[in-house]
Amino acid sequence: MSLLDTHIGFVEALRSAGLPVSLAEGLDAISALERVRWHDRETVRAAYAATLVKRQPQRVTFDAVFDIWFPRLVGSGVAGDGLEPVAGPQDTGAALERFREALAEALASGDAQALQDLAVEAVARFGAMPGRGPGLSSWSAYTSLQRVAPSELVEGLVRGLLAGGMDPEQAERVAGRRVGEFTRLVEGDARRRIAEEKGAEHVVGATVRPTIDRLDFTAARRSDLEEMRREIYPLARRLAARLTKEQHARRRGPLDVRRTVRASIATGGVPLETHHRPKRPHRTDLVVLCDVSGSVASFAQFTLLLVFALREAFGNVRAFTFVDDVVEVSDTFRPGADVVEVMESLAASASQAALWGRTNYGRALTRFAEEHGDAIGPRSSLLVLGDGRSNYSDLALPVLADLAGRARHAWWLNPEHRRHWGTGDSAADRYGEVVPMVECRNLAQLGEFVHEVVRPHPTR
Amino acid sequence: MTTWFESPGDASARLRAAGYLTDDATALTAYLAGALEKPLLIEGPAGVGKTELAKAVARATGAELVRLQCYEGLDEARALYEWNYKKQLLRIQASQGDAAWSEVHDDIFTEEFLLTRPLLSAIRRDEPTVLLIDEVDKTDVEVEGLLLEVLSDFQVTIPELGTVSATRRPFVVLTSNASRELSEAVKRRCLFLHLGYPDAERERAIVAGQVPGIDDRVVAQLVDVVVRLRELELKKAPSIAESVDWARTLVALQVGDLDEATVARTLGVVLKHASDQQRAARELKLATG
Repeated sequence: MSLLDTHIGFVEALRSAGLPVSLAEGLDAISALERVRWHDRETVRAAYAATLVKRQPQRVTFDAVFDIWFPRLVGSGVAGDGLEPVAGPQDTGAALERFREALAEALASGDAQALQDLAVEAVARFGAMPGRGPGLSSWSAYTSLQRVAPSELVEGLVRGLLAGGMDPEQAERVAGRRVGEFTRLVEGDARRRIAEEKGAEHVVGATVRPTIDRLDFTAARRSDLEEMRREIYPLARRLAARLTKEQHARRRGPLDVRRTVRASIATGGVPLETHHRPKRPHRTDLVVLCDVSGSVASFAQFTLLLVFALREAFGNVRAFTFVDDVVEVSDTFRPGADVVEVMESLAASASQAALWGRTNYGRALTRFAEEHGDAIGPRSSLLVLGDGRSNYSDLALPVLADLAGRARHAWWLNPEHRRHWGTGDSAADRYGEVVPMVECRNLAQLGEFVHEVVRPHPTR
Repeated sequence: MTTWFESPGDASARLRAAGYLTDDATALTAYLAGALEKPLLIEGPAGVGKTELAKAVARATGAELVRLQCYEGLDEARALYEWNYKKQLLRIQASQGDAAWSEVHDDIFTEEFLLTRPLLSAIRRDEPTVLLIDEVDKTDVEVEGLLLEVLSDFQVTIPELGTVSATRRPFVVLTSNASRELSEAVKRRCLFLHLGYPDAERERAIVAGQVPGIDDRVVAQLVDVVVRLRELELKKAPSIAESVDWARTLVALQVGDLDEATVARTLGVVLKHASDQQRAARELKLATG
């Protein structure tokens, strides 16, 4: 493959991974590469990044694609010559024991280079899956991690760090981070191996994860959820900035005679510019009703956090959580409250909201109408969050229709993909007939929706 | 054509001499921005040295810094140029009667009556110039349209005077806090650099460099605490500016050892939210009074 082919292929791969790389940016990248020396892989990476990646969340994707197209090394590398895959089920073999000892040592010292070499070795020796059919990859990060089991080394590592004079908490954090780093290296190296075997262009689509704001709530791992939580405040800040701008753009109220005349003095009495009184911004009262049962709990938490982070944009916000009973949680969200505490008390409220512990939308809606029905009036908007999976129980459609009819607006946010609505025990399609249902699977969609709700509408 | 930096290594060395410690990617991108004559868009949280990088480039290359601070409601008249209509008015009144209108008309749209604003000044300068467009995300979308002509061709069209082109292209730096997405058109014309929090080693070097007279041991302790604080879920994680402020505070208080009591007393310098302070006190197990 010529250099130009590699470049074109790389840019194509970035595009298919969702980065909008234009032709002009590709040309920029080439002229940037002409001016740097290529002896260092990181220089090439930085030159590509400066010209092609214009949004920080995409950097993770870029790095993954770059590692596939411009691999660190080929095969087992120079140092790894003679690394033969260890065949058969040798979970207790002597080779494995030796390897784990070396790994424990590298983890204890935190030597980045040694860890990288060991990751290569781990995939080369313990991650091979020979004899699989054509089209199936013969390298697996999962297999090598299962055999090497680095998480079992954490305890020993912690003990070592404690002996080195660290306090227990810090030792555990450091140990967790180093083992996580090693896991990531092994995964990266397995990707590299697979790409080498099957061609980079076939691997990118299958192995590169979407950026954090496009990641499905329901598909998120624990570490992803933490990262998403960190994104909530920046997202709220961006939305708030956008809202103020839009409100200012629409702020032209009636003519302010005094300021106009005052300004006209500068231009010899000719009123070149008119000044206007600001319009009063309209604020919606919001009632949020969310399903906090297992499968959709994280989605409900994100939405609540975002809504309350944007509290100034609303008049009054009340939040209720339910599983099969309803609890009000508005008090949890004091202004300036700590995020972690809020999450803990939300989790606690989920147990109160469950009477029998099985999601029952019909019962929850009926209870809400009975106990908190007065929360909804002609000035307030109703927002229901949930997947509409009600365990085949009564749906209480008339109750919801009545609530929606009394509110100024009503929406239903569903964290499931549209194609799953109405499948199995999902009553999404039937609820969707009563209340407009919106698909909201990731942070990007959530941000768009919330913005749509609070945006100053011209006709109101 | 000006050469701003000879190589990425040269950029790194000269920026260091100007008091700005870069990592490899930053030095390389700064070098590329000069070599390709493309504007450099820097994004990142507040206080990591985005504006400072532009200033350091100006210091390192002996160029003058022209700064355009963006804000909501910034318009052409503040960013580009404006006719000095008061002076024009005087000119018309002064020449009443004895000059033909066509003469006056030609006369009042000349250089003499032009008030240049940062963008136009930066383009018209003959000496090396660093143009800093600060917090570009605060402007309205219309101003971005205005920037396009300036950033891609380095020229400004004034209907009465014609097109003014740059004799010497300035080194353009745009900074943004990412409170709003910039338009694709602006981003496409720029090189992009994300400045994040530095690793512990570089941060120690930065703090030690910025605050003379601080003990190395205190710097190490301070950076350790700051790194731990960044791992917590805080509303505003401390950035380099806060670390440096903290170091200055400790020097002023003549603290020789950063123990828990001192951390608890001076936490207000690094964390600016009450809930963040409480959280940090709990996580770091500080005895708060």
